[in-house]
Amino acid sequence: MFHKEIKEPLMRIENLRKDYPAKGTGLIGHKNMIHSVDGIDLTIYEGETLGIVGESGCGKSTMGRQMVALERPTSGRVLYKEQDISNMPAGQLQKIRTEFQMIFQDSTSSLNPRKQIYDILAAPMLYHGIVKKENISHEINRLLNLVGLPSSVRHRYPHEFSGGQRQRIGIAKALSLKPKLIVCDEPVSALDVSVQAQVLNLLRQLQEELRLTYVFIGHGLGAVHYISNRIAVMYLGKIVEVADTEELFNNPIHPYSKALFDASPLPDPKCRHRDRIVLSGEIPSAAALPGGCRFHTRCPYAVDSCREMEPKLESISAGSNHLSACPVMSDNLRRRDFSNGREENKDN
Amino acid sequence: MIPLLEVKKLEVAFIEDHKQTICTDKVSFSVNPGEILCIVGESGCGKSVTALSIMGLLGNTAKVIGGEVLFEGKDLLKMTERELDKIRGSELTMVFQDVMNSLNPVFTIGNQLEETIRIHLGYDKKAAREYAIEILEKVGLPDSKAILKKYPHMLSGGMRQRVMIAMALACHPKLIIADEPTTALDVTIQLQIMKLLLELRREFKLSIILITHDMGVVAELADRVIVMYAGQCVEEADVNSLFENPVHPYTQALLQSVPSIYGNRNQKLASIPGIVPEKYQNMKGCRFAKRCPYASPECANRQLYQKFDSKHKVRCHLARTGKETISNVS
Repeated sequence: MFHKEIKEPLMRIENLRKDYPAKGTGLIGHKNMIHSVDGIDLTIYEGETLGIVGESGCGKSTMGRQMVALERPTSGRVLYKEQDISNMPAGQLQKIRTEFQMIFQDSTSSLNPRKQIYDILAAPMLYHGIVKKENISHEINRLLNLVGLPSSVRHRYPHEFSGGQRQRIGIAKALSLKPKLIVCDEPVSALDVSVQAQVLNLLRQLQEELRLTYVFIGHGLGAVHYISNRIAVMYLGKIVEVADTEELFNNPIHPYSKALFDASPLPDPKCRHRDRIVLSGEIPSAAALPGGCRFHTRCPYAVDSCREMEPKLESISAGSNHLSACPVMSDNLRRRDFSNGREENKDN
Repeated sequence: MIPLLEVKKLEVAFIEDHKQTICTDKVSFSVNPGEILCIVGESGCGKSVTALSIMGLLGNTAKVIGGEVLFEGKDLLKMTERELDKIRGSELTMVFQDVMNSLNPVFTIGNQLEETIRIHLGYDKKAAREYAIEILEKVGLPDSKAILKKYPHMLSGGMRQRVMIAMALACHPKLIIADEPTTALDVTIQLQIMKLLLELRREFKLSIILITHDMGVVAELADRVIVMYAGQCVEEADVNSLFENPVHPYTQALLQSVPSIYGNRNQKLASIPGIVPEKYQNMKGCRFAKRCPYASPECANRQLYQKFDSKHKVRCHLARTGKETISNVS
């Protein structure tokens, strides 16, 4: 629905990596490294919502933090409007920072418990000079109303709110600096379903009103599907598939994406006995990555070449913006497409 | 069929400064042999408290102030701790959400698992070890000999949950209460655990009470469902009729507000306005009335838990006037 409005790339990520030292050192002082984000290329277009899904430990949160320069990469670059924010001096970064903000999963620990909502919202705006001092009260009322809270709550403390309301304050805080890009790191995972729907609707409404660009990180596939135009699937620090939302869910290519969608429980008892891939085993440790395709240890379709060559993220057909990092499945698809036209399975 | 477990008008209150706050209000349900009963609801609706009071694990802050919990005809609430200890952990067991805090971090898995087996089944050390290995294999943990020697922190979340299930299974229970057993796990691991629970049910003819907030998990596992809201059961039905024809407005709203991966993205997601009432002790009428789109002035004064049809029980007095009022609107 936003596709036609998408124009310019707003952020480009080039070969981004982040390694953390693992606990304990190996022999001869050699440190084991955990490759949290392991070589990611990604472009975020203006006005879109890019969803990022994957299981815990796949590096999606680390990547999100790197996008707003809360974390410096080990190597690679994050370009915001063609400026490299990942290696920018702190002073310069401070100025541009207002344009990309973050909403955190844990709304309790991301709000200072000893400050009133008024002070929490006022401090960043005054620091960055977004609003003049005499207008600040008015601006705070406007922000609170924008996220659906009455302005009377401004002198309360964070603990006086419910989880959903605190998340609304988190959103107001992110909006206060008039950002262009907001990275939402699992903003609804800690909320109950009925409240989750409220916050998701709010995020969508704000996007339309303020022309925001979102990166939405989540593990609840339903929520990510609802809010995103385009989705990237991550596994062990790498992106294994990117496509427009409908295309990805109707036609997943990578076996991991398929397994992930199959595993997501559907709220309909009639779908209980559907055919699906059940992955065996656990996610390997990011400190000892398997060679070749890193999914081959759990992949039901793995062939010999998967164990040797690390696959690249490539278009599944020429000119398509559906990228997948599984050459085996992509080849199958090309062969099938050649013999008979692609089968559309759009239901619902 | 004679139910395995019958909960009758269970009332639990939190006790704080000599004041009682009711948190489950006359909750009644039963579990049949071999059945999976799901209790679903949002946080704070009293579903975990119900489970803990069945197990007699409420602790000091909460107290059962009324009702009965009949397990094979015997009232668990009237038993002494001693009598309860014979049943608890063998015939009636529990799997917790937070596995890290429910396994002892300073003992090995073997230590903890074998202890249960020795105490309840009276095995000697060697037999207990052999049986522990066998039961770990049952729950899909390969190389179970090595796992016995490990400490809980050395295992992944999914493996820890499997160990918990093995422990719950070890003494041939008749009923397992699983409190959000998959909530802390990733979806691919969640699917493995759900499949495991179904397999074990078939193999051992277990009854399971599954407590969850996830309608997806309910749809995958349940035979029968109880929906709870603000300390009360608001709807009870078998799983197919609940999803096909939810009657209570809260159940309807809950089902509509779950974003599905095959849903229509262009449609605005239905959400329930407002929040769950925090103090509902003295509410006379329907506790959902303030958030309910169908509420009438009458709803503030009365509530009624009654049979809607052969498959449904609903706490909504509007539902009585027939399907026109409630189910056609959705």
